[in-house]
Amino acid sequence: MTASTINTNLASVNESNRKSPLRYLHPATIPKPLRGWVIPALLLILWWATYRFGWTQSQLFVPISKVWETAVRLSSTGELWQSLAASLARDLVGFVIGSLIGLLVGGALGLSRLLEDLIGPTFHTLKQISLFAWIPLISLWFGLGDAAKVAFLALAAFFPVVLNSFEGIRSVPREYIEVARVFAYSRTQLLTRVVLPAALPSIFTGVYLALIYAWLATLGAEYLLTSGLGIGNLLTDGREHFWMDYVILGVIVVGIVGFLLNWIASRVEARLLRWRGRSVAQF
Amino acid sequence: MAHAGTLEINNLSKQYQVKGEALPVLENISLSIKPGEFVSIVGSSGCGKSTLLRLVIGLEHDYKGEILLDGKKIVGTSLDRGIVFQEHRLFPWLTVEQNVGIGLLNAGLSTAQKNKSVQEHIELVGLKGFETAYPYQLSGGMSQRVAIARALVNRPEVLLLDEPFGALDALTRTHLQQELQRIWEAEGITAILVTHDVEEAVYLSDRVVVMQPRPGRIKRIVDVPLARPRDRGSFAFSQIKDDVLSEFSDTPRGDIALVQPQETLGANWQFAW
Repeated sequence: MTASTINTNLASVNESNRKSPLRYLHPATIPKPLRGWVIPALLLILWWATYRFGWTQSQLFVPISKVWETAVRLSSTGELWQSLAASLARDLVGFVIGSLIGLLVGGALGLSRLLEDLIGPTFHTLKQISLFAWIPLISLWFGLGDAAKVAFLALAAFFPVVLNSFEGIRSVPREYIEVARVFAYSRTQLLTRVVLPAALPSIFTGVYLALIYAWLATLGAEYLLTSGLGIGNLLTDGREHFWMDYVILGVIVVGIVGFLLNWIASRVEARLLRWRGRSVAQF
Repeated sequence: MAHAGTLEINNLSKQYQVKGEALPVLENISLSIKPGEFVSIVGSSGCGKSTLLRLVIGLEHDYKGEILLDGKKIVGTSLDRGIVFQEHRLFPWLTVEQNVGIGLLNAGLSTAQKNKSVQEHIELVGLKGFETAYPYQLSGGMSQRVAIARALVNRPEVLLLDEPFGALDALTRTHLQQELQRIWEAEGITAILVTHDVEEAVYLSDRVVVMQPRPGRIKRIVDVPLARPRDRGSFAFSQIKDDVLSEFSDTPRGDIALVQPQETLGANWQFAW
């Protein structure tokens, strides 16, 4: 077969593909920025269709319109925003406290073999304890109020930051340290100009995980230490009164907040670590 | 032009402790390098040539003998000695100009002087226009050029090169050898190149030091009395290259004394630092 016939054959294959009526359904025809919306949109349509066509009479589910009405009502009375603000404030305070202490501890463990020997074994034992196993202790020590919740959140944020900043500092390549020695860097210069930037990707991973864990723990804390305001309390109320619209609204709000936190963190990461470049691997 | 240093190595010996046993890596090295001279050190893996360079730069300690720069014993690392490693070792979080600039952190210059020096050295290695590129955007050869600029930016008295082109492809390597020669001539600096590429050594050097392993010793020093730029294809070049290469072959030429094979260390020791 000559090259020209191969080309002709290939062209006809392409031609027949182009004519297929199914080609409009191929996911690749969806513009890239919209692809992530496909599954949420399908779920919403399914949800709407469930009531539109009367597929269920269950008390355990509500129509999309009911949830929307509840959302509008709760936001106009301010209840939704108050709950959200209370949860976010708690999340932020716990995250900041836990991360800062985590950075200090992780940095100390990473920079000092002596401290690693002293603190390391205790830390590695404590981190094995399930986060929720701390709740009884925390509620006894701090009560059921905000102090207890923030303490729990701080704990959730603390562990990933310690682990990743420790790991990041310990895996700074010896080659970089030698470059710093060749240029007669002081210890401070070595730490601020070599160790810190080299460890930053790993430290960032820790902070990023802390952000996610803290938000997860916010809900856990509000659910288990039930007092005061919060999205978690909204969920608890909904469950206790059998208000499915409350429950589903709560779940959606929690998801949206998580998504936004994730998005902010990845923007910050992309900016801070722009020197890493973008992976161009294709499979 | 930078002041070129005189390097004097007298009876230098170095040993490592491996599982409580002393393992000699360098034995009785004496070498005198004139200001502005280009000296290459060639030898097979494990002959201690990189260790020798690391002692001169000051990254290794605990040696016997003397290493003198302009008559003064070297202590630790110092800005008067610059080095290019086999890997470029650029900091990935800094741009090209920032990477060159890190060498000047402790140089005691004003910001304007620093910027000027950085700019000059980026131009010297032919990377004008790439000042704000990050290392991940550079090829291996370009990265190594940045590393050369970084090593020279302090205007050191001695430039040490530890197999700087070993990881590059043959074409890039040949090109960078020419570039290195041009840079060395422009800077008028004393240079010591560690390599296992005999042609590279003969092309660049005034003298080629041949080392033999276990323990690392100087076997022979070969003069290269050829005018620069050198023609790799010329008869005189090939003759000197063959002469150096014959030091590595199992069947030595008639005019070279047979070297007794050294007692090997039982284990498969391989030192690559």
